[in-house]
Amino acid sequence: MASVWEVSTLLDALQRDLQARIDPQSWAMIGIYTGGVWIAEELHRRLGIVTPLGQLDISFYRDDFSRVGLHPQVKASNLPFAIDGARLILVDDVLYTGRTIRAALNEIFDYGRPEQVLLAVLVDRGLRELPICPDLAALRLRSNPDDYVKLRGPQPLSLEFVQHPATEQQP
Amino acid sequence: MTRRWIRHLRLIDPESGRDWQGDIAISEGHIVGLGEVPADFVADEEIDGSGLIACPAFIETQFQAHTPGHGRNGDLESELRAAAAGGFGTVVLDPTCEPIADQPGVICEQQVAATALGLLRVHSAAALTRELRGAQLSEMEALLRAGATVFSQGQRAVADSRILRLALSYAADLGRTVFLWPEDDSLAAGGVMDEGPLSLRLGLPGRPQAAEDIGVERDLRVAALAGARVHFPSLSSAQALARVGVARKAGQEVSAGISLHQLLLSVEDIGHFNTRSKSLPPLRSRENREALRRALGDSLVQCLSVQHQPWGREEEGQTFAQAPFGIAAAEWTLPLALRLVEEGWIDLLTLLRLLTTGPAAVLGLPAPRLALDAPADLCLFDPEAECIPTLQGFSRGRNHPYAGWPLRGQLRYLFVAGRLVHCNSPA
Amino acid sequence: MMPWRMGEGDPQRDSEGRLRNLLSIEGLREGEIIEILDSAESFLGLGERTVKKIPILRGRTLVNLFYENSTRTRSTFELAAKRLSADVLNIAVASSSAAKGESLLDTVDNLLAMQVDGFILRHPEAGAAHLLARHLGERAWVVNAGDGQHAHPTQALLDVFTLRRLAGPISERVVVILGDVLHSRVARALIHALSILGCPQIRVVGPRTLVPPELHSLGVHVWHELEPALAGANVVYALRMQRERMDAQRLPSLEEYHRRYGLTAARLRLAAPDAVVLHPGPMNRGVEISAEVADGPQACILDQVTHGLALRMAVLARLAGGGA
Repeated sequence: MASVWEVSTLLDALQRDLQARIDPQSWAMIGIYTGGVWIAEELHRRLGIVTPLGQLDISFYRDDFSRVGLHPQVKASNLPFAIDGARLILVDDVLYTGRTIRAALNEIFDYGRPEQVLLAVLVDRGLRELPICPDLAALRLRSNPDDYVKLRGPQPLSLEFVQHPATEQQP
Repeated sequence: MTRRWIRHLRLIDPESGRDWQGDIAISEGHIVGLGEVPADFVADEEIDGSGLIACPAFIETQFQAHTPGHGRNGDLESELRAAAAGGFGTVVLDPTCEPIADQPGVICEQQVAATALGLLRVHSAAALTRELRGAQLSEMEALLRAGATVFSQGQRAVADSRILRLALSYAADLGRTVFLWPEDDSLAAGGVMDEGPLSLRLGLPGRPQAAEDIGVERDLRVAALAGARVHFPSLSSAQALARVGVARKAGQEVSAGISLHQLLLSVEDIGHFNTRSKSLPPLRSRENREALRRALGDSLVQCLSVQHQPWGREEEGQTFAQAPFGIAAAEWTLPLALRLVEEGWIDLLTLLRLLTTGPAAVLGLPAPRLALDAPADLCLFDPEAECIPTLQGFSRGRNHPYAGWPLRGQLRYLFVAGRLVHCNSPA
Repeated sequence: MMPWRMGEGDPQRDSEGRLRNLLSIEGLREGEIIEILDSAESFLGLGERTVKKIPILRGRTLVNLFYENSTRTRSTFELAAKRLSADVLNIAVASSSAAKGESLLDTVDNLLAMQVDGFILRHPEAGAAHLLARHLGERAWVVNAGDGQHAHPTQALLDVFTLRRLAGPISERVVVILGDVLHSRVARALIHALSILGCPQIRVVGPRTLVPPELHSLGVHVWHELEPALAGANVVYALRMQRERMDAQRLPSLEEYHRRYGLTAARLRLAAPDAVVLHPGPMNRGVEISAEVADGPQACILDQVTHGLALRMAVLARLAGGGA
């Protein structure tokens, strides 16, 4: 069974929640490639954040290097502002095991010591393997490992949730 | 001395060319019954030779047993056992031992060791020049008196043509064959494999085939001047072989041998720096190998050799340039040689001639025969039995590239002077 | 391609055909080379960051085992390994001890006992890296940093990486390799890399004593005169000329070599107008290359050095990582 959500509605929710918590003059935003950057670009624009958007490719910080090696095409991470003492909104599209966020935090800390990091995700699909919690999530799903949750983009953005046939029988 | 009666054999006598069914009776080191054995022959042991071929034991013209030597690369016993397992009843020791066989004492030591072992017949090739350097004549008469059979330069060419002429003239007086190593030293210097596309790819210095062609031409002409009988124990160049053929036709006393490796392998077997295929003369191109194979049928070759050169553990694990030259495959001679028959390059009778009567003629020895009263030096083998070479055999050297080859031909019994020296019967 | 007989496989690959060691460009597939080049592109970006280190090889121990002097290559590998957070052991073996003392394999066995993951080997003998790789099997991987005159795969990879970035698609370029090709592992590796990547014409130029006509068996065009060979060339790769060649009587003098084959500005003008000049270093200004050309706008020699670091990081990451 496949479900599709209107991403703009989800973005409205995130925007509302973020506006209540952050000041666009003093907070910076970082999106995680690839889907997180699409979301972050939208949010960055909607919130009117002054500091330029940062982008992170976490390929070099993954924890499964010994098993799967390096992807040949790694985009360059770009953090065009000082991390020391910064207040950051870290943005990703789908939060799942939590390993991507762990890698992203490691990479950010290689650049400096932020004062605070808020995690904002479009979808939290559960099944965490590490103690990572989003501060803001527009959608929470109950999913199984065989299910498929993916943000499509960049234009138009759409969120797909495909449940694996075997799991459909589960209550 | 055990009296034996071996029945139901296929008998092949290379000297006469006769190929027939029958039995052999051995007594007191000789063949006392052949074909039809007298019914009153009393045997201590009877052997069923069904399915086996009997022929004279093979003769090897260049055998390296590192004797005298320190033993780490093999000694007379280990290497003779390997030779026996390969079908040999007689070997000629290469003079390149430590010290070099240019002194009567070294020849004596070899002969004493061989007699004490009582395995195979061992002949000594004495150095033609002192330390094989090609500068001074060795005391050839003294070496003969000590028991040497032929003179040899091992694997070293004599650079100075004047010295070569003098040494050959001196040897000619003594009436023995001289084994020469034909290669233009300076052209080949430093080369570790055949010079060609593969040596270019691998970045290794090569020994051009032309160096051997030039060497053979020079040696033939100098030998003609000196009036000596010479033998090239291991040629690699088909052109050089043909040149020797021309000289023979013109009446010159010269002969040529080639090694089984030149017929079964090629330079490509060096592949990714495989030191087990490093040999002297080097393995050459496929085209050259095909020409050598054809030459077998054209009677341009007088003998085949396995050119046994063992190297022990300490010599393993070296880079290609550092590794010593040489392949140690004596133990697998029979099945390797039969591969040539199987692939149709040569018939069995001619093959056996190249391993027995051919070498004997070169060495000036009586022709090995399957005949009454002939010495019981016999090789009894099963031509069909599967034989897959292993890396480690009797020899101390594991340096050969034939491990795992699916060959056929198993030696069952080897007799030397009527003694059973090697036995590999499934019974 | 070298055909292989029974008994031994290509020690560069594991039993499943995956690249286990980097011993030679020969035997690599085009896709594999491109992946390494793409990967190097990512690592190039790291050089711009303030934090140049990434953690992918943390906890791994690599050994630089150099039997030949080479500050440049060794320090590049060392830096590459450290930027990937690996621990690095540098072993410079003086040539005399290599001849008389502990053998290569014994040295390596001692190091293996200290849990080493990979070796970077430079050795004066062709085939040394293959020997080491066969000996190691699955225990550790090997990068060949130069074995005698045979191969220098990372140099060729950084060269084609440089060409890709600065000279356009290799499949459309005419490349001239100039100098002592016969004794050059750099030239051999580059020829293989260019061939695999579809270079339409590789020309080797030099005196017959150093560029024998038989080199055509490597798939190159052999020239003995420089001026005609440069016509239409998009890349001129000058090899270092060594004194030993004169001593071995392959050349009468370095002056004569320079007169016949030195890459001067005048000669460079015979090549394509935007031709790039490369050199593996170190350069003999005034012998194989004039100072004017070496320091001129068409020379990309410093880029080669920068690229060398990123490329070697990509190679180490490739061999130390899992997957294909």
